[in-house]
Amino acid sequence: MRKAVVNQKECVACGVCAKTCPRQAISIFHGIYAVVNEDLCVGCKKCERACPASVIQVVQKEAAS
Amino acid sequence: MKKWNEYLWIFSAVYMTLGFFNILFAWIGLICFITPLLLSIIGKGKIYCNSYCGRGQLFELLGSRFKLSSNRSIPAFVRSKWFRYGFLAFFMTMFSIMVFSTYLVFNGTNNLKEVITLLWTIKLPWNWTNTSTVSPWIAQFAFGFYSVMLTSTILGLITMYFFKPRSWCVYCPMGTMTQSISMLKHRRMVK
Ligand code: SF4
Ligand code: SF4
Ligand code: SF4
Repeated sequence: MRKAVVNQKECVACGVCAKTCPRQAISIFHGIYAVVNEDLCVGCKKCERACPASVIQVVQKEAAS
Repeated sequence: MKKWNEYLWIFSAVYMTLGFFNILFAWIGLICFITPLLLSIIGKGKIYCNSYCGRGQLFELLGSRFKLSSNRSIPAFVRSKWFRYGFLAFFMTMFSIMVFSTYLVFNGTNNLKEVITLLWTIKLPWNWTNTSTVSPWIAQFAFGFYSVMLTSTILGLITMYFFKPRSWCVYCPMGTMTQSISMLKHRRMVK
């Protein structure tokens, strides 16, 4: 499965990814960084293309057991 | 149906235009300084950036819809802590100098200077507004504040063109401040 992963140390919490996500899978944790809900993420990469800081990437992940 | 707050880019565009024709409108921009800070202080995180900032929306619109952005990744150093906090410190220093020169006009040491300073260096004569109806310091602050707003708009447009549409948001001093306040509030310093 492909899921979006945020580099939370460098995320600027601008919320651009959350706005672009067609599945509403992203929320901004208390204005500090973005958090992806992996149950909702379908790995479409829209957030990756939109992030102005380029700190969110879609990567291959093992299926949750 | 779009929500009302998705049209806030109109506010930003109108603000910059009004300020161009009558410098005194610059004062309205204080809303864009005070609102995000207050919202963070009362624990709303970066909700201003996330949902209500007209400037961010304007860059998004110009960069994405009007395709004025080359959509490249921003150089990594721009999103580093030292650059973002460094730029914030520089910005606040310049802002304080601007407030101090307003004070010097207020207490009569200096006379009103009708200039707009771009990128903290380029001085443009800007004397098509009749400012004699207000105290000189009120006008002086308007010139200083509009300079700040115009400078940040220009920087934002440049990085919008070269990088992603909202690349200004990576190093925007307001965004850095609201994120820091949010971090402090939650005692989660992410290093
Ligand atoms: S778009 Fe990028 S920088 Fe902005 S909140 Fe999302 S992951 Fe963070
Ligand atoms: S990859 Fe697509 S579905 Fe997953 S978080 Fe990003 S935009 Fe949303
Ligand atoms: S980072 Fe600055 S420009 Fe971007 S949304 Fe926040 S306040 Fe607006």
